[in-house]
Amino acid sequence: MNLSRRDFMAILGVAGASGFLAPGAVAASWGSGKDPYEIQPYGNVTLLHITDTHAQLLPVWWREPGTNIGTHQQHEWGVTPHIVGKWKLDYYGIKADTPEGYALSCLDFDAMAHKYGKIGGYAHIATLVKRYREQLGSRAILLDGGDAWQGSATSLWTKAEDMVGAQNLLKEDYFVGHWEFTYGADRVEYLLKHKLQAKFLSQNVFTIPWDEPVFDPYDIREINGRKVAIIGQSFPFTPIANPAYFIPKWSFGIHPQHMQKMVDECREKHHADVVVVLSHNGADVDKKMASQVNGIDIILGGHTHEIMGPKPVMVNKTLIINTSTNGKFLARFDLDVGKGRLKGFRFYYLPILSNMIPADPEMSAYIEKVRAPYAEKLAEPLAVTESLLYRRDNFNGTFDQLICNALREELDCEAAFSPGFRWGYTKLPGETITMEDVMGQTAITYPEVTVTEYTGAELKNVMEQVADNLFNPDPYYIQGGDMIRVGNIQYTFNPAETINKRITDLRVGGKMVHPSKKYKVAGWAAMQKVEGTPVWDIFSKWLKDKKTVRVDHRDNPVLTKNMKGNPGIAYPQEYDL
Amino acid sequence: MERRKFLKQSVLVSALVSTGSALLPSLARAANVPGWPAKEFDAKVLDQAMHDSIGTTTVPESAAVHLTAPTIAENGAAVPVTVDVDHPMTADNYIDAVFLYVDHNPTPLASAFFFSPENGRAYFQQRIKMAKTDMVRAVARTNKGELMGSKPQEVKVTIGGCGG
Repeated sequence: MNLSRRDFMAILGVAGASGFLAPGAVAASWGSGKDPYEIQPYGNVTLLHITDTHAQLLPVWWREPGTNIGTHQQHEWGVTPHIVGKWKLDYYGIKADTPEGYALSCLDFDAMAHKYGKIGGYAHIATLVKRYREQLGSRAILLDGGDAWQGSATSLWTKAEDMVGAQNLLKEDYFVGHWEFTYGADRVEYLLKHKLQAKFLSQNVFTIPWDEPVFDPYDIREINGRKVAIIGQSFPFTPIANPAYFIPKWSFGIHPQHMQKMVDECREKHHADVVVVLSHNGADVDKKMASQVNGIDIILGGHTHEIMGPKPVMVNKTLIINTSTNGKFLARFDLDVGKGRLKGFRFYYLPILSNMIPADPEMSAYIEKVRAPYAEKLAEPLAVTESLLYRRDNFNGTFDQLICNALREELDCEAAFSPGFRWGYTKLPGETITMEDVMGQTAITYPEVTVTEYTGAELKNVMEQVADNLFNPDPYYIQGGDMIRVGNIQYTFNPAETINKRITDLRVGGKMVHPSKKYKVAGWAAMQKVEGTPVWDIFSKWLKDKKTVRVDHRDNPVLTKNMKGNPGIAYPQEYDL
Repeated sequence: MERRKFLKQSVLVSALVSTGSALLPSLARAANVPGWPAKEFDAKVLDQAMHDSIGTTTVPESAAVHLTAPTIAENGAAVPVTVDVDHPMTADNYIDAVFLYVDHNPTPLASAFFFSPENGRAYFQQRIKMAKTDMVRAVARTNKGELMGSKPQEVKVTIGGCGG
C-alpha cells in the first residue's frame, strides 16, 4: 500500500491525532482532518531548523537505528536520544502505525516505508519553508546545522556547489559546518565568501598557532523589536574524526568557556533578548555544554542524527533538540520573546513526508538542472537487493556489511574495516542499487581503499579507540560516529567498560586473535593521505558481478549481559542477548 | 611590556619535545648553553623529573594555577597548552618559575619558564608533543620557594576517524 496525499488526510482525520509531534500545542490542527502542517503562529519570533541533510536533494528512505545504546556510566541508559524502537514510541507517546511512528522508529520498516513513503527532499522542504515564511514574514529565520554539503554523488562532483545553490533557494539565514571542511579550507572559504548567501558562524574555530577566530562567532538579528542572538558551533572534533590535512591551519574544540564569553557578550554588550546556539556538537555534547554554560535559551542540535524532537530536552534552563538527518524533519520553534527573556514557546517537530507535501516547482527545476549532467551515471543499475539495506546503527548496518564483504572479496583480505558513519540512506528489499546509491554510502573526499597488515594488538587497539569515541562516560569524548564496521571479525563487547577493556574474545574468521600475529585488513577513509582505488569503484564492480545481493549474516559483536533490557537495543537477539 | 624586553628578562628553556616556538628547539639543542638544566630534562620518570626540577614529588593543588589543555589532541605532535598563574608579581612576591610535566613522555619535564616581577604576569602558551593519552600538569614556584600545582588535565591522543 502506498498512500497518496489525499489518503493521508483521510487517515489523519479518522485517527484524530493531535497534530504533528506538537506536545506543546495540543490545539494544533489535524483532529479535524485539516492539514497537519497548519500551525497557528504563537509569539513574535520563529526559528526553522534543518540539519545534516547530507546533500540529499531528493527524498530517500531513512530507517532509524535499531541500536543506539546509552550506558549507566554515561547516565544515558534509557534517556533520549539513547532509546530506540518501542521505547522511542513509548517515550513520546506515539503509536507505531502512524506517520509519526514511521518517522520515529525502526520497527517493521519495510512495510511502513511502503505505506508512508520516502522522507525529505529539498523540493518538499522548500514547500514547507516557503509556506511558513509566507505566513510569518520576516519573523521567521531558517537555520542549517551543517553537513549539508556531503553525502551524495552530485555534491562530491560539484564540490558542494549543487548544495549551496539549494541553500540559497531556501534562503537559509545561518549555517555551521562539519563535513563541509573535508572539501579543504580554500574551497570552504571560496563558497562561503562568493556563493553561499547564509551567514556562516562558529565560535569554536581558531587559527593555528595564534588562536584567532576564523569565522564570526555570532550574529544579532532584530526581529519584531527583540534582539535574537545566534551563536554558531561547528563540529568540535573535525580534525580528529576527519583528516586534519584538509584544514591544517584551523583548530577546533568545544570551548565551553569561550562559549560562555560569547553568551555574556551577546547579553551584556548587545542586549540580546534570547540566545540561540546553532550547534553541530552532537546530542550528548550539547547536553553537557548546556550544563556548563549559563544563559543559552535554545540549542538547535545536529551531527548525531538523533530523533530528539517531539519534546525538547531541558538542561540548566536550556531547551535542546536534535533534528535528525537526510531532511527527515523540519523543526519549528515559535517563541514569545520578552525584554531580556524567553517568555514562552511552542515546538513542532515536522516529519517531511514527501507523499504528503507537494514539491516546490522552483526547487524541483533547480534539482533537475544540477543533476542533468550526471543523470546517466547516477542511474546505472548495479544489483538488486533482497535485503533491507541501511547503515545507521551502533554496529554493522547491512549496507556496511555488504561493503565489508565486497572489500574482502575484491582485495583478497581475511578481514575488513569500514567507518562508522551515520549518514548513508536506506534501500528496501527488491530495489535496484544504482551508482547513485553506492555514492550515497561512500561519497567522501578521502575514499581510497587500503590494505593494511595489522598485528592482532593493533587490530584490537583500532577497535578499542573507536569504541571509546562512542561509549566514553564523559560526553566531551563522544565524537558522534558509530562503532567501526568489521568484516569477518568476531568479538564480545561491553559498552560500559573503559578503554582497552570493552573488547574480549576477539577473533578473525572464528580464530582467536594473537597479539603479534599479522592480519591482512582492507579498509577505506584513512586519516592520512594514501594512494588507492576509490571505494565506490570496488563496491560497484562487486555489486555488478553479483547481480543480486542479500545480507544473511552481520558481523555484530556479542554484547555482555549487562546490556540486557537496554532501551537502546530494539533487537537484542542480534547481539545474543 | 614590549616583546624584546620580555624575552631578554625571561630565561626560557624547554625540552626537545616542546614545539611551537622557533626559539625553544634551538635553545634546547644547545647542550653547552650556560645554565641549561640538562639533568631535569633528561629525567625519564615523572617522580625523578619533579624531584630534579622542584625538589619534591608532592605539590598541593591551587586554584591559582590555571592549566588549559584540550580534552582530545587534534595533533599529538603539537598540543596547545596554556598556563596562567593568578598571583601578584611585585618585587618581593612573585612567581619565579613554572614547570610543565607530561607524566609518561620520554622526558616528563616538557618545559620550565622563569619569570621576574617585570613580566607582570606568569603566563605562557606553548605546544607540546604527546605520544599517547596522558596527564599534563603545571607547577608554579614563588620567589619564596612555595610550590602550587594546577589541577592535572588529561589529554586524549586517539586515532580518530569514523566521524558521524
